[in-house]
Amino acid sequence: MPRASRNTASVESTTGTQPPWTARPGAFIERHFGRLLLLPAACIIATLIIFPLTFNLYMSLQTWFVSSTTPPTFVGLKNYLEIFGKDGRFWNATWITIQFTGISVTLQLALGLAIALYFHRDFTGRGLVRTVMLLPMVSTPAAVALIWVVMFNPSLGILNYFLTSLGLPPLLWLGHPRTALPSLILMDTWKWTPFMVLILHAGLQALPLTPFEAARIDGASRWQLFRYITLPLLRPSIAVALIFRTMDSLKTFDTIYVMTEGGPNNATEILNLYTFQTGFKYFHLGYASALAVVLVGFVFAVNMVLIRVRERSWSY
Amino acid sequence: MELLVPSGRPRKGRRVLADVAYYTGVVAICIPFVFVFYWMLLGAMKTQVQNTASPPLFLFHPTLENFRKVFVANQFLKYIENSLAVSGGATLLALGLGLPAAHVIARYRQRGVALGILVARMAPHLSYVVPFFILFQKLELIDTYACMILSHLVITLPIVVWIMIGAFEDVPLELEEAARIDGCSRWRVFTHISLPVCRTALATATILSFIFSWNNFLFALILTGPEHRTLPVAVFNFISGDEIDWGGLSAAATLITLPILLLILLVQRHIVQGMTAGGLKE
Repeated sequence: MPRASRNTASVESTTGTQPPWTARPGAFIERHFGRLLLLPAACIIATLIIFPLTFNLYMSLQTWFVSSTTPPTFVGLKNYLEIFGKDGRFWNATWITIQFTGISVTLQLALGLAIALYFHRDFTGRGLVRTVMLLPMVSTPAAVALIWVVMFNPSLGILNYFLTSLGLPPLLWLGHPRTALPSLILMDTWKWTPFMVLILHAGLQALPLTPFEAARIDGASRWQLFRYITLPLLRPSIAVALIFRTMDSLKTFDTIYVMTEGGPNNATEILNLYTFQTGFKYFHLGYASALAVVLVGFVFAVNMVLIRVRERSWSY
Repeated sequence: MELLVPSGRPRKGRRVLADVAYYTGVVAICIPFVFVFYWMLLGAMKTQVQNTASPPLFLFHPTLENFRKVFVANQFLKYIENSLAVSGGATLLALGLGLPAAHVIARYRQRGVALGILVARMAPHLSYVVPFFILFQKLELIDTYACMILSHLVITLPIVVWIMIGAFEDVPLELEEAARIDGCSRWRVFTHISLPVCRTALATATILSFIFSWNNFLFALILTGPEHRTLPVAVFNFISGDEIDWGGLSAAATLITLPILLLILLVQRHIVQGMTAGGLKE
């Protein structure tokens, strides 16, 4: 019987008396299967996560300009003291990051929920609508940002054409400190509302029908159905959508770099942009590393709070 | 009510009216999302004069001149090649490293590694930029495929591992055990049983990791020069000159978007699921 002979063979090679290096390589793989398969990934994770983070921590304690001939010098916590103590630009960037992420994610959630509810019905052309919704979120940020630059153009852009044909005054969009951030939020909302729509729509489709039927028999109004049944039942989907969107919103760089480079007057300089400019415009790498460490801490703190809140709201 | 629960239909005449109203709403919602791409396509087929016309032109005689210019004058063939090499390489490498890892994490409960990959998913790419820049400069790898592919693993590896952990966990254990009893080695169980069962997730993971690597702008901005520049940076250079070439810019943006459109049509049902992998389970 082939099965039996194969079993004995493997027993022999793993428990036999001969030294391990003479055993079949197959048996070695078999015995250490888990560790061997994990090894490459663990190495990569070490290089992708542990190396950059520790390197940033190390560099953040130095002062070093790339272009200068002097090597990095150890300055202790000086960079951090400067960041938290007297760096107005850092606090400005933090505030703009909070505004950008807070407003755009909230807008996207509200719009996404409304659109998902509207689509929550049988209709022909659903597949096509889904494709349409997928396009903005998977399209190349740098490329679509450029198309938005074209559309935002104050003198030739299509958006001002729409505004003026509606009898409204034209705007400077990205060109004015007051309208630049809202313009970026508009673009971000265009790109990411579909993400909310698709997650929440899937969530709606998966809701059980019984509670709705019961409430209808009891004479609940449409608003009551939404407020007391749909919304609570949808909470897990909302939590997932919020967490992932916040996570990615805090990583935004491409679109803002392409559209405003943080300007005008630092009005759109989020923390990512400020870190980038410090490192690769002023070549102040030590300070940029310290900023990166603070940025990572900030992002993790926000994500952890969201994940905690979600865990709690799930166990009700 | 029909928005929340499919309920009894009203009479026929009113139903048609209601349907017309409903579909008008659907179209109205979709217009803003499509319009940007429509405008991009129009811009790509206009001359510079037509592009800078005021008021903007909707009807005009289209030209393909911009596309020719993008390939001939702006060397787009080279950038397309670069992007394909980097995204393809980073995706293949992520599959090679990530598939076995995901299988082990799913089957042998290696939560530590999974957590590490979640951290990589959260970390802003800006935190990688300084270390990578200094490291690759020391290794004299700046402006090579090698440094681009390695840095793009930051993007591709978490996608592959997260999607595949979920997929491998869903493979029935009995299936793998049956194969083991029949004499399959663990490696064969992985390659001949688990992987084929998860082919949809595999396709999603491959396509998503390719798209997000294809879209990445930051690493190429810092780690490449003109030789190994990828498409997003090449497109961006259209606005760094004195006079903006609207048509060329739109044509370049169209070229970079087209492959993505074709790819998402293949796995569109699974894209959002893939993007939130690990988040939809408790």
